[in-house]
Amino acid sequence: MTLVDAPPKAAGPASRRRRSATLLTGCALTALVVLLALVSLVWLPFDAGDTSGGRLAGPGDGHLLGTDKLGRDLFTQLMTGSRIAVGAGLGSVAVAALLGVTLGVLAAFAQGWLDDTLAAFLDILIAFPTLLLAMLVVAARSATLGSAVLAIGLAQSAVVARLVRILVKRVLAQDYITAARTSGTSWPRTVAAHVLPNIWPTLVVNLALQFGLAVLAEAGLSYLGLGAPPPNASWGRMLQEAQATFTTAPAGALAPGILLVVLVIGVNLVADGLRDTLDPATRRRRT
Amino acid sequence: MTLADPLPGPAPLLGVRGLTVRTDDGRTLVDDLSFTVDSGERLGLIGESGSGKSLTTLAVLGLLPDGMTATGSVELAGTQVVGAPEKRLTAVRGRDAAVVFQEPLTALDPLTRLGRQIAGPLARRTGLKGRDLRAAVTEALVRVRLPEPDRIARAFPHEVSGGQRQRVALAMALACEPALLIADEPTTALDVSVQAEMLDLLDSLVREREMAVLFVSHDLAVVAGVTDRVLVMKDGRAVEEGPVLDVVTAPRAEYTRALVAGARKLESALDLRSPR
Repeated sequence: MTLVDAPPKAAGPASRRRRSATLLTGCALTALVVLLALVSLVWLPFDAGDTSGGRLAGPGDGHLLGTDKLGRDLFTQLMTGSRIAVGAGLGSVAVAALLGVTLGVLAAFAQGWLDDTLAAFLDILIAFPTLLLAMLVVAARSATLGSAVLAIGLAQSAVVARLVRILVKRVLAQDYITAARTSGTSWPRTVAAHVLPNIWPTLVVNLALQFGLAVLAEAGLSYLGLGAPPPNASWGRMLQEAQATFTTAPAGALAPGILLVVLVIGVNLVADGLRDTLDPATRRRRT
Repeated sequence: MTLADPLPGPAPLLGVRGLTVRTDDGRTLVDDLSFTVDSGERLGLIGESGSGKSLTTLAVLGLLPDGMTATGSVELAGTQVVGAPEKRLTAVRGRDAAVVFQEPLTALDPLTRLGRQIAGPLARRTGLKGRDLRAAVTEALVRVRLPEPDRIARAFPHEVSGGQRQRVALAMALACEPALLIADEPTTALDVSVQAEMLDLLDSLVREREMAVLFVSHDLAVVAGVTDRVLVMKDGRAVEEGPVLDVVTAPRAEYTRALVAGARKLESALDLRSPR
């Protein structure tokens, strides 16, 4: 009782510094890529289709990182690629969050056979490989960035839904939900005012992790030619195109690879930092 | 709805007849329980833990946990609760009966500021908004004798003391202005000194409003202090019912006798040790 009765003290300076260091590093790495993506919307060093640079040229002559095998500027492609990566990440997470939270909340309220069926359905969806699902979606629609985002979002929504189902079930068992119900709060209001805010800290951390996974999945799909079609320079496509010339011109593969790692590590660190600052459990334990 | 044997006077505020709560696997947790609470009357529900008293309070509001079903009849302000659809129950809850729970730390949403938690039911009942609503929240906190109501309205549950939390929970229940206040062990989680204050507060607030009370506790001394009539429960059954004074001075059932003897023993221990 004494532990929780005392007003929460600020965390010790050491742990606070470490916590903010994680969050700051993550934000900096993510911001780097997001900045590239934002700048690419208004300015690019070269036109995306400009092949005047000479094939596989080294850095120089305005080409910061040199050119690819078609003579296109690598840095320009990296910038448009970051736009695709960030866009694909955000899009997939939006699909996953919307579908996953809705399905998860419904599954949490379901009872008896419906509950079992939904849980089994989610497990099957999770066991289904993302790439296979993506191929199905692409075959049914067409190989566009939209199809890739939809496929990744669909696959991730199952993971989110399963998490949300458990989180909501746990919150629904709490006394404060019963207390809210006894004062005449309707179910929709209870979910909006008490359930969602209480699952939010855990959910947002998971969504940040899903963002990183979505970026990787999009790169993988593009590598296989299932992502954005050719004129768009996705990092995955860049990696695939640079593969044949890796020994003679490694920059073409290294640059998108490094940026991919930077973005994924960045969002993972952000997720880690968020967990520490948002989760009331860790917040309280550290007081 | 007509009762089989007509009662004298108007229908009671809460009429429980033959209430039985069973789990899905067939265990009977509350067995054929009947009692009434008239408007403005204060009934104590007493029994050891596991005797089914908390389940009874949940059944009164149609809030039994999953896997339990109630049969019999619970009529709250003219509404049949057993088997009623969710929508009708939502209208009854808060307006006709509100609950103060045993453990205020878990009964308050940990991530919502206390003021907002009171504002919810308050806004639903009064329709107030914005500044008026905030003023009403402050007033509600002042009424339960909380110091610095503005600070507490902005605080999260873990930022105030246990006694303060229970006052907030009481303010939340009273914000609904229910005809019947159900207090489920409202003082059990509190220190003894805070307990007395809390009971005193509850007593005066309820008297002011002429509210009916269903006071649930395992503590005979606490129940005796705030109620007119008591119902003693054991293993889901009512073993004895009557005015507080009669039950305390002349308990009929074996279990009640043990209960009274136990309470007296504790009290006499205090007498022996106090300096003469």
